[in-house]
Amino acid sequence: MTTEIILENISLTLGSKRVLKPLDLSLRSSDLTILVGPNGAGKSSLLKLICGDHQPDQGRILFDQIALPHWPLDKLARRRAVMTQSSEIAFPFTVLEVVRMGANLQAVDAHDADRRAMLALEAVDMERLAGQRFQALSGGEQQRVQLARTLAQVWSPCHEGQANFLLLDEPISNLDIRHQIELLQLAKDYTKSGGGCLAVLHDLNIASMFADRLLVMQQGQIVGDGPPNEILTNDLIAQIFGIRLQVNRPPGCPIPYILPQTFFDAAEPQHMSNPS
Amino acid sequence: MRSAAHPGSASLSGDRSLLGWTSLLVLSLILICVAIVSVTQGASDLSAVRLLSFLSSWITDQNEGMSRRDAIILFDIRLPRLALGLLVGAALATSGACLQGLFRNPLADPGIIGISAGATLAAILAIVLGNSLFAPLEAFLGLYMLPVFAFFGSLIATITLYTIATHRGQTSVATMLLAGIALAAILGAGAGILTYLSDDQQLRDLTFWSMGGLGGATWGKVFTCLPFIALSLFAIPFFAKGLNALLLGDHQARHMGIDVQTLKRSLVLCIALAVGAAVSVSGTIGFLGIIVPHILRLVIGPDHRFLLPASALLGAIILVLADMIARTIVAPAELPIGIIMSALGGPFFLWLLLKNRQVLAL
Repeated sequence: MTTEIILENISLTLGSKRVLKPLDLSLRSSDLTILVGPNGAGKSSLLKLICGDHQPDQGRILFDQIALPHWPLDKLARRRAVMTQSSEIAFPFTVLEVVRMGANLQAVDAHDADRRAMLALEAVDMERLAGQRFQALSGGEQQRVQLARTLAQVWSPCHEGQANFLLLDEPISNLDIRHQIELLQLAKDYTKSGGGCLAVLHDLNIASMFADRLLVMQQGQIVGDGPPNEILTNDLIAQIFGIRLQVNRPPGCPIPYILPQTFFDAAEPQHMSNPS
Repeated sequence: MRSAAHPGSASLSGDRSLLGWTSLLVLSLILICVAIVSVTQGASDLSAVRLLSFLSSWITDQNEGMSRRDAIILFDIRLPRLALGLLVGAALATSGACLQGLFRNPLADPGIIGISAGATLAAILAIVLGNSLFAPLEAFLGLYMLPVFAFFGSLIATITLYTIATHRGQTSVATMLLAGIALAAILGAGAGILTYLSDDQQLRDLTFWSMGGLGGATWGKVFTCLPFIALSLFAIPFFAKGLNALLLGDHQARHMGIDVQTLKRSLVLCIALAVGAAVSVSGTIGFLGIIVPHILRLVIGPDHRFLLPASALLGAIILVLADMIARTIVAPAELPIGIIMSALGGPFFLWLLLKNRQVLAL
């Protein structure tokens, strides 16, 4: 049975700015859904709506058939975990203590919380630094610890037929290439085991490697929705990023890749101009 | 590497639970010793040996008893003073720890950022206008007039400060400290005006607030502040996990299932209850709320499940010790304890400011 997050005709205004135009969207568990788009397209705002950080101007968001405001916060926290971009922690917690805060939600006792926290730390390759102070870590290490905390909160992808969700806002922005791939693989495995995952990413190649479903946003709208090899085209990239890049499709490989070299013909040297 | 480097903390690296439990046990034992020493120290001689022999004879039911003079010193002077010291110390240190969690920075202290000043102004209002404007209220509240007023004073000050310093869920340290200074100044001006209006008797009552101290402790005072402080100290540990999550940020705490608004409101209420009651019986005693949690964080880490009870214990220990110094150093006269705490706490606060210079980015 798939669990769904359904957005019905929602829009969002922050201050006087229309951040999201009315949109409908349904996110299925078992899919790794990746949200891409230029800066300011509304990706993080959409994710924040789904987390409940922003309230939509109109419409409603259903998680597992129940509208978000009707979910008791503690029950919801056991079904979906959120990783935000900010990873500041005010006081000198150790890595283990940070991850244990997530693990506490599922744990039956302190010993169980420790065990779950260590499992999550092993998953992100941080178990050796469990005793370090969080503030002493590098940006990438902090990001992996936050991911471990998020994972520990909804460790089982699926419980009694109900899927849990991971909502990740740029989870790999500070990571080296190996950890980028390992952590996306972790998210992929999570969805393969029945869980759900929505991640905001900037790297189109990583997105194309791992996404079951790619959502492309521009100016508060979803302008592309589907498997990466269907929707990633030269034209779409030119349209949303305002730059002409070559989308390569090697024969026999289902994953398109994009090299950050522009190709532009002699007649059109202003490759930075926005075609729209 | 002060925190993670404690190898004996537990079998699991990074787990400081064992250290937390050990600290609570050690602090409890120290508190008992300090309490015993404190009732035997003072201008009059009531030695620990005599106290212990009295206690043992009382337990074994041999009715030797102590002299009437000793009994009066013990039961009517030293014990209420000890009880008041324990309550006020625990209340101030614990509310300091809560306040720092709420504001997400280690520089918040009820005395520094104007919360005690709110309680003080309200208490002065109660004293000066108690038999005129607020006469019906005083008839109704009786002994509890002062703590109730002080509670509302500190509540209003805390809410005002939090509203000013927090913008879109982010609390600015600089704004908080500066707004706290402004708030304390405004409230101090109010207190000054009221002092002008007061008569001689009221003036004498008021003087002790400007210094802060446990002098004149009676069982009456103890039982006046007990319900407020006890309620607050009983409730606060239930917010420990929420406070931990809050240190990750408001949104993050909500994602982890914490009802952040309810948590913050409950915390503000508890802080106001504890600070209001403490100020109403002992005046302004600053810096306890900042020194105690900071020392404890260095040793056992910032986990509020241990930090809050440990703050209560260490706060009680330090205040009782400071009170012992206050009443023995110039015996038979005594120094106001507020002066001792300021002399110790001021330099400590400056050191903390220097250490946090980058964080503050004033």
